[in-house]
This record gives sequence, C-alpha cells and structure tokens, in this order.
Amino acid sequence: MSAITRAEVAHLARLARLDLAEDELDHYAEQLDVILTSVARVSEVAADDIPPTSHPVPLVNVTRPDRAAPSLTRDEALAAAPSVEDDRFRVPRILEEQE
Amino acid sequence: MSTPLERDLIRQSAATLASAIAEGEVTSREVTQAHLDRIAEVDDRVHAFLHVDADGALATADDVDARRAAGEPLGPLAGVPLALKDILAMKGVPTTCGSRILEGWRPPYDATVVERLRAAGIPILGKTNMDEFAMGSSTEHSAYGPTHNPWDLDRIPGGSGGGSAAAIASFEAPLAIGTDTGGSIRQPAAVTGTVGVKPTYGGVSRYGLVALASSLDQAGPCTRTVMDAALLHSVIGGHDPRDSTSIPDPMPDVVAAAARADVRGMRIGLVRELTGEGYQAGVEQRFREAVEILEHLGAEVVEVSCPHFEYALGAYYLILPSECSSNLARFDGMRYGLRVGDDGDRSVEEVMSLTREAGFGPEVKRRIMLGTYALSSGYYDAYYGQAQKVRTLIQRDFEAAFAQCDVLVSPTAPTTAFRIGEKVDDPLAMYLNDVATIPVNMAGNCAMSLPVGLAPEDSLPVGMQIMAPAMADDRLYLVGGALEGALRDRWGHLLIEEVPSL
Repeated sequence: MSAITRAEVAHLARLARLDLAEDELDHYAEQLDVILTSVARVSEVAADDIPPTSHPVPLVNVTRPDRAAPSLTRDEALAAAPSVEDDRFRVPRILEEQE
Repeated sequence: MSTPLERDLIRQSAATLASAIAEGEVTSREVTQAHLDRIAEVDDRVHAFLHVDADGALATADDVDARRAAGEPLGPLAGVPLALKDILAMKGVPTTCGSRILEGWRPPYDATVVERLRAAGIPILGKTNMDEFAMGSSTEHSAYGPTHNPWDLDRIPGGSGGGSAAAIASFEAPLAIGTDTGGSIRQPAAVTGTVGVKPTYGGVSRYGLVALASSLDQAGPCTRTVMDAALLHSVIGGHDPRDSTSIPDPMPDVVAAAARADVRGMRIGLVRELTGEGYQAGVEQRFREAVEILEHLGAEVVEVSCPHFEYALGAYYLILPSECSSNLARFDGMRYGLRVGDDGDRSVEEVMSLTREAGFGPEVKRRIMLGTYALSSGYYDAYYGQAQKVRTLIQRDFEAAFAQCDVLVSPTAPTTAFRIGEKVDDPLAMYLNDVATIPVNMAGNCAMSLPVGLAPEDSLPVGMQIMAPAMADDRLYLVGGALEGALRDRWGHLLIEEVPSL
C-alpha cells in the first residue's frame, strides 16, 4: 500500500501554498511515497519511554536589557519590496470577493 | 596567462599569505587581485561563484594595506580573501541562496559572520553557488546551474556548499565559509580534497544565516589546511547576543590545537555502523590507512558501536523537512523577493502559491511537502514525534562513545564524487551521501573532514571524518593537524597539490 496518494499531495501543496502543475502532482506522489516508506523505518525503534529532543542544546529563555538600538529605516525596509504604495508594502487583496 | 608570482600567490595557504601581508612582502591588493584574476580565468568552467564583488573585495584590501602602512595592529587573517556561501546575508550584495525566489535580493544588513569577517579585514571575493536553500548533496539543485568539481569537471563538488569547496580546490580563494545542516561543509570537503569543519552547534552565530533547519544549521570554515580552518574558525566563532542559541562560554583555542597537532595518548573510536555495506572499496581502504597512521602517531584506536546511527538518516529526513517547511513559509512574495501573478485581481493566497511554485525548485518543493506531511495532525506522533525520540537515542550513542573515546572517526562520505546528473532525480540515492555526517548535526557536536588520499579505483579524493563532543572543537584540530602533517610527510605535499590544473 502506498503511504501517500495523489489527492493527499494536492492537499499538502495547498497547505504549503504551492500551485503545483498536474504532472508535478503525479511525480511528487510517487517520490514522496518512496521517501516516506524509507523514513518510516524510524518506527522500528522502540522508544515509548524515550523523551523527545527538539534541539541539540538545552534551551532556556535568553533575555537582554530592553534598550533601543538602531534598526532598519523605512526606506531600507521597503527597498526590496515587490510592490510599494504610500510608503507601505502593497499586498494583493486578503479577502475573497464574495465576503 | 598569469605570471609566476600570481600563480604562486593563489597556491599559498591563508596563514602564509597573512604573514606575507603582515611582513609587507606582498599587499592585500596584490593577493586579492590574483584571486580575482584566477576567478576570471577558470570560473566559467568551475562555476563556483554566483556573484563576484571585485570592488568590495579590493576596497577591503586597500583598507588593510593602508592600516598596515599606518602601523595599526591587524588580525591574524587580515588581507586574505574569502569566498562566502550565498546563504549568508551580506549588506548590499546579492544573496540568493541558490534560489530564483531571492534572485536580485540585496540584504539590508550583514550576518554576524560577515560582520566578523569585515572586522578581521578579510576581503570577501563574492558569493558561492549552493543547492537551493542548502537542500542537496551535489550543488545540482542550484537554480543557477551546477558547480563542477575541479578534480573532474564532469563530477559534482558535493553539496550543498559545492561552490565554497570548489572555489578552495580550484585556487580561486584560500578561505571560504560554508554551512552544514547534514554534511554540507564536510561532504563537499571530502569530494574536493579540502578541509571542512562543522563547529559545535551554537559555536558560530546563525544571525543572518538564512535558516534551513534551525536546530541543525551551523556555519564553518572551508580551507586547504587544518591551520587555516582553525584561524578562520576563531575569527567567526564565539558568542553573539543576536542568536539566542549561541553558546555564551568561551570557545576552545582551536589555533593552539592546530599548532600542537598531537594525538599521543588519545583514544580514537572507529564507529562500526559507519563502514561496510554501501561504502566504496577505495574509500574504506584510504580510511583504514589513515587510521593506521593515527595509531602509529601514538593514538589508541578502539572500535565502538553507535546502534541508533542507522536510523539517523530517516529521522533527519523527518526533522529537517519539518523545520524547513515552516522556515521557508517566510518566502511569500510580500516583503522581498519574487512576486508572481499579482494582477490586481488575484488574492494574496493565489499570488503566494503562484510565487512559490515559480520560485522554488523541485527539491525544495519535495521537502516542504514532506515536512508539511510529517507535521500534519494524525501523522505527527508517528513521524516527527518518533524522529525526535530517535534524536535522543543518537545523542545517547554519542555520549556512550565519548565516555570511552576522545574522538570518533569514519569516512566522511560513502563514495567519491559521482557524475553530474547521476542522482539528481533520485532523492533517496542523493540523501545517502550524508549517511555518515548527519548524526553529528542531530546531536549538535562538532566534526571535521580531512583529505586522506585518492581512491585507487577512480583517483578521486577521499575524506576522513573526525567527530568530537560539543565544545571540544579543539580535539578536531589536534587530530586533524597531526594526521595532515603525517600525510604531508609521506606524500611530500598536500593532497590538493595533485588536483589537475584547469
């Protein structure tokens, strides 16, 4: 049985904001299936009582004094923007037309 | 044609160049120009660079020369030029990460690593090619075309930092910076006959390093000698308050360790799981010979077992895609980078999806979807959760091994450089290149790859990996320095001097 179907790949692509072409869906369904089948070997390890590690060094909160420091100017922040309007980032509409 | 002096300049170690500059025997401008000339001469064939910043490099060189003339004290690598992997932000200089989605982006700030290179008076020659967002082991996944291995231009230079390794191996630069998430400094070093070090996680600041997998990424030196790596390591390393994972303790004295270069009385562990099936015969042979040399130099060699290393690759290809799918969510076409399909009618979601579809290459899409899958509810425990537990077991394997040994060794990569195109559309075959390097990233400790000879069957370089505990980076240089010295005595030169002239 395959680990992942074409429909699931289409769903993942939507979640990941990737407008995949039809032929890409076929291609990735096949490849992701091979990869997932291989990496699923991690389940062979008996690890019920093992704590998970998310990070190589134990993390604690790192704080610093709350002091103002120079940061990017408005023009520097906007310099690489794909689209600018009224000294702001211009973005496409964020609501559906019917709403 | 280059003059004999210029040819000579590009073949020196960074340490030699630095002292020649400090003594006034040569200027930084001359050294920097010699490398820019070399890039102009050979990079159409090697393609190590995505961008050459001749003006910026020469301006730094002139500044170093002026400061030297004024009698100012200079750092130990002042005036020696460097090639920078295109994943580190450099103010005003294109930074693409090998991706179309960042084509033409000029960062408004410097990474901490870049800041430290500038403060050390190191001219930055340009930005080096890489697999897109550091995902790959061959540099074939760069959106700007592959880099070629100077030992055989039809072969890969490793990845993801193939550009940095090829720049070093083709004498385009004496120093380079790479980044290593699963082997991207060490595997390119192995297949190009150069030296590469992945420092302890937290040893070098990640501020301004475009994140692939935040819990695994680490920048480090790429050089032709162990001492050069130590000098560069000490320039870029140390605590940075802008990276909350940066280690506040003082870093070990790697330069002193490289100078001492002594393995007498050390216990060296051979990792049983990182040899045998899947490793090329000539790789194993050169590795075994290098181990014998270490024994001869006075180290005690023992075999150790790290039973969970065989699951490291699987766990890595769940953890890395999970982290990368969330890190790469920032590339949304809103504040910088590519934007596609913004016709005034389409919604932000549609524009985002069109932008990411057009801007990302196939390996990046594969890993983003893999990570999205592994983090989905219903699969989280079986995949990401289980991989994190395996990560704990890998750390425990290292702890047990380092209780018996000062360092561990293995081949760096299972094979020598393969041909361009051979594995590019076979993700699993590509992933296997990093089977020996991944455990170190999972545990956060440090490792070096050092050239130990050419495989008899194909006359291509073989690397030995030396692994040490976290914050014991100096041990890499003790062992690497000793082995490099013994090999140089045996051959009469460094391995890299056997690289074909281009």
